[in-house]
Amino acid sequence: MTILTSLAKALAAYSMTPQQLTVYRHLHISSKPIVIVPLTLAGETNAPLAAMVGPDRARPTLIVTRQPRNRAERIEFAGRLASELLFPIETAAQQTQATGPGPNARLRVVDAPQLWVPNPAGIEFIRTLGRMTRLRFIEGPWAVPKKVRDLGIWLTWFAEQAEFADTGALIAATQAIAAVWATGQSDLEDGNLAAQMAWLAPPEGMDVAAAVSRAENPQLCPPAGPSTDPTFDRLFLEPALRDLATARNPAAHNAVHRRLTAMLEEQMRPTWELTWTAIDLLRDVPEAPRVPKRWEQQRDRFTSFHRYVADGGRPQAKRDSAGRSAQRLAELEQRMAAFEAQRAYDDPLVIADHRLTGEAFAGQVVDVDPARRVPGLRRNMLRPLVTVATGDQTHLDVGQHVYDPARNGQQAVIESVTETEDGWRIELELHNQMGSGLTAKPGSVPTLGEDVTYTSVTETFVRRRPWPTRDETPWTHGGPPPDSTPVVEDAAEDWS
Amino acid sequence: MTTPHDRAEIKTAQILTAFTDGGHRGVVVDSPPGAGKSTLVGRVGTEIAAAGDPVAVVAQTNAQVDDLVVKIANRLPGLPVGRLSRDGYQPPPTVLLPNVQVASRVDDLPDCRVVVGTAAKWAQVQTARTWPWAIVDEAYQMRSDMLLLIVPLFEQMLLVGDPGQLDPFSPIDGERWAGLPWDPMQSAVAVLLRNNPHIVPHELPVTWRLPASATRLVQTAFYPFSQFAPGTHDGERATHVPTVGIRRTAVDEVIDLAAGSGWGFLELPHRNTLRTDAETVAATADVAVRLLQRGTETRCEQAPGGRRLTAARIAVGAAHRDQVAAITRALRARGEIADGIRVDTANRLQGAEFDITVILHPLSGRIDATPFHLTPGRLCVLTSRHRHACIVVGRRGIPELLDAHPGTEPVHLKGFIKFPDGWEANQAVLAHLANHRVSAPH
Repeated sequence: MTILTSLAKALAAYSMTPQQLTVYRHLHISSKPIVIVPLTLAGETNAPLAAMVGPDRARPTLIVTRQPRNRAERIEFAGRLASELLFPIETAAQQTQATGPGPNARLRVVDAPQLWVPNPAGIEFIRTLGRMTRLRFIEGPWAVPKKVRDLGIWLTWFAEQAEFADTGALIAATQAIAAVWATGQSDLEDGNLAAQMAWLAPPEGMDVAAAVSRAENPQLCPPAGPSTDPTFDRLFLEPALRDLATARNPAAHNAVHRRLTAMLEEQMRPTWELTWTAIDLLRDVPEAPRVPKRWEQQRDRFTSFHRYVADGGRPQAKRDSAGRSAQRLAELEQRMAAFEAQRAYDDPLVIADHRLTGEAFAGQVVDVDPARRVPGLRRNMLRPLVTVATGDQTHLDVGQHVYDPARNGQQAVIESVTETEDGWRIELELHNQMGSGLTAKPGSVPTLGEDVTYTSVTETFVRRRPWPTRDETPWTHGGPPPDSTPVVEDAAEDWS
Repeated sequence: MTTPHDRAEIKTAQILTAFTDGGHRGVVVDSPPGAGKSTLVGRVGTEIAAAGDPVAVVAQTNAQVDDLVVKIANRLPGLPVGRLSRDGYQPPPTVLLPNVQVASRVDDLPDCRVVVGTAAKWAQVQTARTWPWAIVDEAYQMRSDMLLLIVPLFEQMLLVGDPGQLDPFSPIDGERWAGLPWDPMQSAVAVLLRNNPHIVPHELPVTWRLPASATRLVQTAFYPFSQFAPGTHDGERATHVPTVGIRRTAVDEVIDLAAGSGWGFLELPHRNTLRTDAETVAATADVAVRLLQRGTETRCEQAPGGRRLTAARIAVGAAHRDQVAAITRALRARGEIADGIRVDTANRLQGAEFDITVILHPLSGRIDATPFHLTPGRLCVLTSRHRHACIVVGRRGIPELLDAHPGTEPVHLKGFIKFPDGWEANQAVLAHLANHRVSAPH
């Protein structure tokens, strides 16, 4: 937890009002988000019980398994979820535009689907459901409908995208809210969507304190899932499931199932509403300037993965190979660093946080030599010197590269740091983004008296040797793994 | 009776033979702190190069690379040594020896018998060349994903490193790969050994840095399965503090205690504080400055007649960068005498050596013990940089804090397990420090 977050939480607790942590929202919000509120049955990993799903707040689709203890019914559940999700995915993929005018332009979807779940456990549900379905056969003795396997492939893709810091594909509402607002309660309490939303959108006529204690009552605010409230399980769910198992004829079964559906809807409806309210609240926060660019990249990823699936691509492997895992780690790190830097460049409150930890400083230009040149390898290079007076406690050293968020991350190197009576004087040599000539482009060098900010936070992009393919795995990492071709028997369950 | 020198020499010869004659693709050498790791790297590199084969040397930081370049170039006058660097790298003047060439592309160094670069730089190399021999220094600080990229460049590799120091770090949660034998978050050596169980690491037998008073503790706390001995015996290293303070304070007492026994623990009253706790920071700075004010002298095998302790031979270590910044400010406020004392985080002190170290205990004043603070490598680095004495500064209550925070990290099937765990290592160090404690009054 950063200093600013701690302060914001203390202020929120003191004033009983949520405090904004960032000026902007650093998350793209789709014009047509799809919300999924899943519920699972206690006792077994990811046994789906029901889900409320759809892009329309007023008319959610309700999917309830006919008999949650029956494993075949889980495939049936996945099939019904597939009908809801694969259609918007396909629709989005059909509408494309060129990335640019030239001959090298690629196609990019106009808009990509965005899934919302109430909390991180919802993401875990998506991931596990994807794992359960993507590796099934679509022919042979244990065949499942193709849409079930396709759903598995897509859910896995969404869940894997959600591991990236800058993701916009699958979002947990509690995390999206916590990225913008601090409440006066603990992180654990913020993990409960109802408790978190009690701070941000208390029910009509109720103050925050009353709303928060109301959120603790599982009868009024059922858990956001996928796990259900144990009291609900004992008093309502268990008897209903028993009746379902003992129903003698289809009519009786249908009657019980209608009862079950009604009670599960009651459990999911409040979370459904809260998730949509969360989306609306976030939508009202102004979007950060670098969000559209990131969303464009996310659309590219969606486009290329859709092409992969459409071309009959195989489902994602159970485990990452050596090369794949290293590549994935590099991508996770690179995107996290880029997101962190973009947030800092966009948002004054984020950069303030970096100033507090000494990774950025703000001050006034007290001396500038905009025409300074130094001899380079072939010709003289423009290297203006800028001296900044700051009161910030930095621990950046001489030789450190720093970047100017106001000038699109213009790079400078710290030449010297001198302590003065009221702070420090930091001398910087500017390195780029001044045009190609020997005089700097107008506006590219700070002027005397200008207020400037510099930070060491930056996007890192490292060019590397290619990652090895499966067959190129070197001896240090176990060598090429033995080839495995899936066979029908893999689908048999091991009961030993 | 064999002397430590003989034993180290025999081991070095064994390693050289195993590497050059054994036909092994990989040889691993584990080294305790100060056991002559970079000397070994320099020597093996030199001998192979002198025999006529090209050698690639991989280190982890630019400072380590520069250091190795100088070492090897001095031993190989007349043979060109390449320093692989990024564009625009300005090598320090010490590196610019007549037989050193600097280039950012390895193909620009075709004549160099030895090419030295950071792992990150080697991981960018685009070339059709391969090297028959490669030496990787600080291999436990290199992540396995880096190794994955550079292995195809080399035919046979010698990996040298200190298993007790800080593990490589990533801000990413790597649970996805936990238990995989090629987990990219693990160190290069851990992955190599997991996939090649027949490779048995060699161990360097003598620590030249640590005094006898520290060897036993460091070994039991951080290297429970290794056998290494100090290169000097008890009487050979001594610290003498000639000036007696007029009004003796706890700081003076802890200095006297450490001068006599090699360890001192200045314990401040219990309090839960911010990381940059003003009192602890001040006490840490006081100890460092007081060592100089009192004219401390050290006697050792390098200076049998004794020599005056200088600021450059003192290091102050802490866990966090803001603590380092606070201590630096505190030292600056104490005037010129403190100029030259190195203040740094554990990460950056790795590989460095000093006569006396003063460390701010990572758990001092905290209300919790996170995995960051419990990493055994962090404490190991801090308590194994000194040749004479180590003085720890911290608040009372660390053992209680440890007891209240046993490790809660999940354990994964087939996960990489490292002994000892940080909790246990911390307890061992604290138990030892309890016998060298000076309590500061309120």
